[in-house]
Amino acid sequence: MEFFPPNTNFDFVGKQKYALAISGFLILITIISLIMHHGPRYGVDFSGGLLIQVKFSQTVTADEIKEKLKSINLQDSVVQEFGERGQHEFLIRSREENINLENIQQLVLKSLSQGFGEKNVELRRVETVGPKAGKDLRKMGMLAVISSWILMLIYVAFRFEFSFGVGGIIALAHDVIVVLGAFSLTHREIDLTIIAAFLTIIGYSINDTIVIFDRVRENRRKRPNEPLPQLINRSINETLSRTILTVTTVLIGVIALFVFGGGVIHDFAFAMLIGVITGTWSSLYIASPFVLFWDRYTKKRGRRLIRK
Amino acid sequence: MVRNLTWRFIVVLVVILTGTFFLVPSLTDSIPFWWKDNVQKIHLGLDLQGGTHLLTEVQTDVAVENTLHQYVQTLEELLDENKIPFIEVTVRNDQNIAVELVDQSANEKLMKIMKDNFPSLKNVNVETGENVYRPVFALEQKEIRNLKDLAVKQALENIRNRIDQFGVTEPTIQREGEDRILIQLPGIKDPERAKRLLRETAMLEFKLVNDEDSLQKALEGRVPPDSAIFYEENADKETGGVIEKRPMLLKKRTVLTGDMLVDAQPQIDSAQFNRPYVSLKFSAKGAKVFKDITTKHVGKRLAIVLDNVVKSAPVIREPIGGGRAQIEGSFSLEEAKDLAIVLRAGSLPAPMKVLEERSVGPSLGKDSIDKGIRATIIGSILIILFMVFYYHFSGLVADFALLFNLLLLFAVLSTFGATLTLPGIAGIVLTIGMAVDTNILIFERMREEIRTGKTPWAVVDAGYNKAFSAIFDTHLTTILASIVLFQFGSGPVKGFAVTLGFGLVVNLFSSFFCTRIVHDYFIMVKKVKRVSV
Repeated sequence: MEFFPPNTNFDFVGKQKYALAISGFLILITIISLIMHHGPRYGVDFSGGLLIQVKFSQTVTADEIKEKLKSINLQDSVVQEFGERGQHEFLIRSREENINLENIQQLVLKSLSQGFGEKNVELRRVETVGPKAGKDLRKMGMLAVISSWILMLIYVAFRFEFSFGVGGIIALAHDVIVVLGAFSLTHREIDLTIIAAFLTIIGYSINDTIVIFDRVRENRRKRPNEPLPQLINRSINETLSRTILTVTTVLIGVIALFVFGGGVIHDFAFAMLIGVITGTWSSLYIASPFVLFWDRYTKKRGRRLIRK
Repeated sequence: MVRNLTWRFIVVLVVILTGTFFLVPSLTDSIPFWWKDNVQKIHLGLDLQGGTHLLTEVQTDVAVENTLHQYVQTLEELLDENKIPFIEVTVRNDQNIAVELVDQSANEKLMKIMKDNFPSLKNVNVETGENVYRPVFALEQKEIRNLKDLAVKQALENIRNRIDQFGVTEPTIQREGEDRILIQLPGIKDPERAKRLLRETAMLEFKLVNDEDSLQKALEGRVPPDSAIFYEENADKETGGVIEKRPMLLKKRTVLTGDMLVDAQPQIDSAQFNRPYVSLKFSAKGAKVFKDITTKHVGKRLAIVLDNVVKSAPVIREPIGGGRAQIEGSFSLEEAKDLAIVLRAGSLPAPMKVLEERSVGPSLGKDSIDKGIRATIIGSILIILFMVFYYHFSGLVADFALLFNLLLLFAVLSTFGATLTLPGIAGIVLTIGMAVDTNILIFERMREEIRTGKTPWAVVDAGYNKAFSAIFDTHLTTILASIVLFQFGSGPVKGFAVTLGFGLVVNLFSSFFCTRIVHDYFIMVKKVKRVSV
């Protein structure tokens, strides 16, 4: 069984301009969305505050919950349904900085129990993060993403060439930005698990890029005189079957997580879904074009030097 | 060539057996004790088994201040003993100690006392003015750092004692950074009680009540220099709120502290409507001090102060030689039990501030495991079917490699006693994706080589060898990414980094080394004419 006839010859390099335009557009949307929403939506991990996952044994509405929370001054919390329909599970989120995080759990349980009956309320998960801890975690999250970028740059530059490394991390930055945009547009929150998703996407994207670069390296040895655009095109085409197949299998896994994984995993799987697709796209249309551009640019300067 | 094959096969067999040996203890308990005791199990993260995670900060500045206050008390006694007249000794806001002398004449004696008794306090300044001569002393930076470090170490020890007595299985208590302590309590049903246990500094002090000077005058602002106002609080049993605060004038000097306790037990006073109280037993030294005080001050009241709140202030009717005392108050039996725990464990050197709290109920934990496992199984089955469908026999080989990979991964996690978290389960699904990628790289390469007309042996050889460089690079980069995650992540995220990282290392073995053995077997031993890929 073979989906791909051998010796495909799609012109990837030729279509670079269109692809770059699309990528540029996506990044622009991301930036606009982030500006409009005043930055990414931080989850409790990063903004500090309170998150309570509560399950009721009967049908309740978000407004009813907010009503009962008035007694402890939390009526301004964000209350939304969570998980599968019919499970009567809600998330209560509050970013109040002046709530006393030490006993808020008890107070919420008490006010909800009074309102709906003690037997009908179950606090399944409570997370409280103080402002100091939130700030630290934010710093940590950013450091994690940035240091992984730097590590990848060093590794790829070392195993291949410097321009390959730079191309690689531009592709990685592109991926992280687009996923951030997807989260911003769909009002999803960024928390620690999503940072883990970012790092996985970085790992996957650089893998994809490396497979192509590896083939470029091999072809350069085999055909040292082939012009670079043609060489890159050939390399991409030769690895195309692997690229598509791997994306397919990883997507199968991620979709399984997305559909069956349940609440917390769901957002993680969403990030992976977007990330894997842009990861593949960036390997084809961002990393390689950059290598080409660098090559042309240094050649031009090289020629000028020789003439002098 | 075939010999080489046999050796490789033996290696795989050994690895399987070792892996199973390390894995079984995580799956079942019905194994002989020598197996159980020597091999670690996989731990379940808090998000999977339920429990509470607390990140606390030791307020080390308070610890430093407490030490300074202790120094002041000792210094005042020394100045008295040496008949050095002084006006007052105070701790200032900038953590300095100021000694206001009557005049300059006593300065030399003061300096000698300071040098002999407080080597870490250095004279930084002398404030002078109209009838004012005030040398100021500050702690060396090095000493401040030491004190803070010591406070955190003490707090760590203390919390361990408290939690030990609380009876949580496998708690995690570790220091994070300079002044933070991470506490993880799996399976705990009542996080509020645990927090209370950790919050109470439990500083127990005995102070004499000042019956001579007027309480009224003190409340108006004229507090005698050797005394201070403390409050006796009565809590409302229903709401836990304070309904009555009775002021008392106590002598500042602490005559006895909780350090001198060797035991504290919750008891019930059957004579007083079964009211719970805590009985205290002092050490030999403490008993002696207690006897001295009760002998010297018969008829006076001795206040029992807990965390700067007066719990009770009974009258000393007679000298008490047995070294026993009682704390009475309006507590429930559970509160009495908890108070006994913290008194036995000792007082915290400084208050603890809760920076972060995450609690997962056990029902959610179970749910998460179920959902996570279901997603992983469904994803795996789909991928397995796809591989056979697309790559035929080689696909089947890759699938076995995949299952082998998972087996080994769990064995490795068991060996290191690693913790499995919910994101960790997601990491497994990702590892599966990458494991399959390895085989895809190899098989696609093999297909290319078939097209160039190579023999089956050459096809397998070229396929594996040429794909290796890409496989190596991709695995190493993702492993690097998981190391970064492990460094910077916490709790659940660390679990993810661990499963992903180990999964990749194991993968190099199962998807590359092992599958090659199968292909080589069919080529060399069975001598197939065509590679099924």
